Amino acid sequence: MLNHRVSRVAGLLLGLALVAAAFVASVMLGTTEIAPPTFAQALMHYDPSRVAHIIIHTERLPRAVIAALVGASLAIAGALMQTMTRNPLASPGILGINAGAMFFVVIAVSLLPLHTPAEYVWAALLGALVAACLVVVLSRGRQGELSPLRVVLAGVAITAMFVSFSQGLLIIDRQSFESVLYWLAGSVSGRELSLVVPLLPLFGGALLLCALLVRHANALMLGDDMVKGLGMRAGTIKLLLGLVVILLAGSSVALAGMIGFVGLIVPHMARGLFGVDHRWLLPACALLGASLLLLADVASRFLMPPQDVPVGVMTALIGTPFFIYLARSKQA
Amino acid sequence: MPSTPAKTPRLTGEALHAGYESRRVLDGVDLAVAEGQLTVLLGPNGSGKSTLLKTLARTLTPSAGRVCLDGQDIHRRNTREVAQRLGILPQGPSAPEGLTVRQLVGMGRFPHRRLWRQDAERDARAIHAAMAYTDVAAFAERSVDALSGGQRQRCWIAMVLAQETDLILLDEPTTFLDLKVQVDLLELLSRLAHEHGRTLLLVLHDLNLAAAYADRLVMMRDGRIVTSGTPRDVFTATHLKGVFDLDARVLEDPETGSPICVPTPRRGARPSARPASPTVDRRCIS
Amino acid sequence: MTHSASLNQTGEGTTDAPRARYLRIATLLGLLLLTSMGLSLALGSFPTSFVEVGHALVTPQDSDIAFIVWELRLPRIVLAVLVGAALAVAGAILQAIVRNPLASPDVIGITSGAALAAVAFLALFGTALSIHWLPASALTGALLAALLVFLLAWQRGISPSRMVLVGIGLSAAMGAVTTLLIVISDDAAAMYAYVWLTGSLYAAQWQDVLGLLPWLLVAVPLCLTRARHMDAMALGDQVAQGLGVHVLHSRLVLMACSVSLAGAAVAFAGGLSFVGLIAPHIAARLVGRGFARLVPTAALIGALIVLYADLLGRVAFLPKDLPAGIFVSGVGAPFFVYLLHRTRYRSG
Repeated sequence: MLNHRVSRVAGLLLGLALVAAAFVASVMLGTTEIAPPTFAQALMHYDPSRVAHIIIHTERLPRAVIAALVGASLAIAGALMQTMTRNPLASPGILGINAGAMFFVVIAVSLLPLHTPAEYVWAALLGALVAACLVVVLSRGRQGELSPLRVVLAGVAITAMFVSFSQGLLIIDRQSFESVLYWLAGSVSGRELSLVVPLLPLFGGALLLCALLVRHANALMLGDDMVKGLGMRAGTIKLLLGLVVILLAGSSVALAGMIGFVGLIVPHMARGLFGVDHRWLLPACALLGASLLLLADVASRFLMPPQDVPVGVMTALIGTPFFIYLARSKQA
Repeated sequence: MPSTPAKTPRLTGEALHAGYESRRVLDGVDLAVAEGQLTVLLGPNGSGKSTLLKTLARTLTPSAGRVCLDGQDIHRRNTREVAQRLGILPQGPSAPEGLTVRQLVGMGRFPHRRLWRQDAERDARAIHAAMAYTDVAAFAERSVDALSGGQRQRCWIAMVLAQETDLILLDEPTTFLDLKVQVDLLELLSRLAHEHGRTLLLVLHDLNLAAAYADRLVMMRDGRIVTSGTPRDVFTATHLKGVFDLDARVLEDPETGSPICVPTPRRGARPSARPASPTVDRRCIS
Repeated sequence: MTHSASLNQTGEGTTDAPRARYLRIATLLGLLLLTSMGLSLALGSFPTSFVEVGHALVTPQDSDIAFIVWELRLPRIVLAVLVGAALAVAGAILQAIVRNPLASPDVIGITSGAALAAVAFLALFGTALSIHWLPASALTGALLAALLVFLLAWQRGISPSRMVLVGIGLSAAMGAVTTLLIVISDDAAAMYAYVWLTGSLYAAQWQDVLGLLPWLLVAVPLCLTRARHMDAMALGDQVAQGLGVHVLHSRLVLMACSVSLAGAAVAFAGGLSFVGLIAPHIAARLVGRGFARLVPTAALIGALIVLYADLLGRVAFLPKDLPAGIFVSGVGAPFFVYLLHRTRYRSG
């Protein structure tokens, strides 16, 4: 673990460099290799007549942006979930976000005439919000307090319910099964930059709120009484943090489908390296999550060319060895 | 007060070295727990008291040296047989939600029960006696987590008593409790030693309570035993300074004759309005 | 307080009231299960009356109804009951060991290992080898996965929290490979694999029942002999050790029970593991946490859940025969939520 302030700053800078490198790699590498000058040119002087520029603008750049954004958001959301529920097994999926999005997407595909990720992004977001709100409502205690155990149990139940309904629909309607399969596995390709723009306020707002609540999140680790003792209201803080998680993870799922691994495992990696203080943990999560997803996306292009491996699959394959190493080296 | 330590000690640690993953905590400790007495381990935080207790209780395996119970290496013995002779209460135990007091105390009978051989009569007697002794019978059917701190601790002690062992090791049994409750618990434990012949080994934090109730004090620092003996012999200003780095005077309780320590406040820490007067530790005169 | 101290014959150190309550609940659940099995036997795509079914049961001659009852419905019903019971017991063990309400056979990689092996089997030999080999390969996958989790988590002993961490990591990786296999295999195989992952008892045979039964017969009694150890371990490792519980040993035995039960159940019925998550929770709310009572209750509840889920899958959307997994969650989850709502936790 990085214990000193200097080494932590260095660690974050290194993470930043990693994200930048992965980003550039994501734009340049693929079935069509793109040289760095072309990349710069495409950014500065976009020439729609050149194929490379078109590839960069319509395919590579959105893909890299989405991967970075989604990776960072999911990791932060995961870390906050684990703090709030004090459960290392918690991930944004626990709030029913993935399952809700899945259910609504499946409905959109099988019952409504929506067939591409761009078309059902709002359905996914709506589903995520509905499911998460259901979980929050169900898990509120008599005085409106959110107990971690109840959140977790209600989340598991809602998740199971939505997943099973979706599975039912998919098994009945094979056509839509094939068209959402990639979305289910998690994918960042085939989306345009214009898809991201309307979601940016959601990401931005959530991150801002999150930044304001960092110290509160730290207090939350010490227990509700401690939060009270420090002059804050545990219930309100949990609801606000819950909102952050829902916005971040919901928008991510809407954009990139079911990428479960990042929100679950990156927080553990970040904690192993940077400790539990959220002021370091959350930036570390963002950087690690973004670079993991970027690298996974790059790697997914080369695993079985010409077919893209779903990025959700690749993330898990890359992250697991590191995660298990961390789990083993932790003193239990 | 000290009774005759004539019997041979049943629980001994010989040249114990122990620690956790990377940190060495015990550094060659020899200890024989005196029979039928109440022995208290004292020492500053991190001195290895709890580690020593855990090692003696076999929950921690020493890296070198050995713990002997009745002349045999405790770590090589069947753990159930050991549990019939040695009971332990770890620091801050927690009961699962909804477990009733009677159920908890009943757990103490574990080492005496087998699937095919159970003495329900004897179990019931032991549980009843333990609950009566610790005075928890009144709330036997209530759930442990709903009780007050002192009541809860008495329940845990009842569980260890239901185990019917001659040796009982307790790790900070009085921490976070009211002074009155602490005193009650220590009275209870000291009667166990003096009236029922049990052998007790405790880790305590409160110096004056330790001096008042212990038959024997063992003072530790940096993983070694600095000194041990009766409170009169070892509870001295020199040892307090040497072990705890505490500036204190040691007085004598005019009634019981047991030693009391009074920390000497440093300059500036005293109440400024009044002239410096001996600020007797209030916990001892309440 | 009464004279209850002298009535201690259960070996549990409890009074008679909870014991009576347990016996009442267990009897009730048992009767409910039997009637439900009867009901399930009479319902299906081919209309049969209770009288006909009863007649066919006592005279298993080669009439059409006897064939339907004896060869199609009964094995499937019995398998549903066994699968539900096995998963519920596996979940109860795991939740108690790991002390995490989220624990289910999933978290130590059993389900994902079985799923990976099954899907790999379908993708690689989908047409070449007989489908009868599917359970065997799934079981192998489950056991291998659990073993791998064990080995990776072993460091001079097994710590539940480390095991869970390793388990979820490995599960995630295996789940990813499973998804990959589904994505790259042809559509029919992908669909079949997806149905398998959902969990289905379609076309269950006596052979499957006989394959699963031995596991239950060995593992359930074995874990019941460790019930008191489990109760003691709930007080924390140190207290348990002080009471003379060989913590590591007990944990390994119990873990082996859980793994084999869940592995075998998943092998024959696919990814139904939600049962393993909710059945123990429901049971704990009914009879409390004493392990010796929790296990049989959870088993009965698990059996009921899977039985009804499969019944719904068979008859609710005729002529389609839908996987039981859909209804296990679809019916189990709302009920679970209802229970959660009624018996509010005091915990923080």
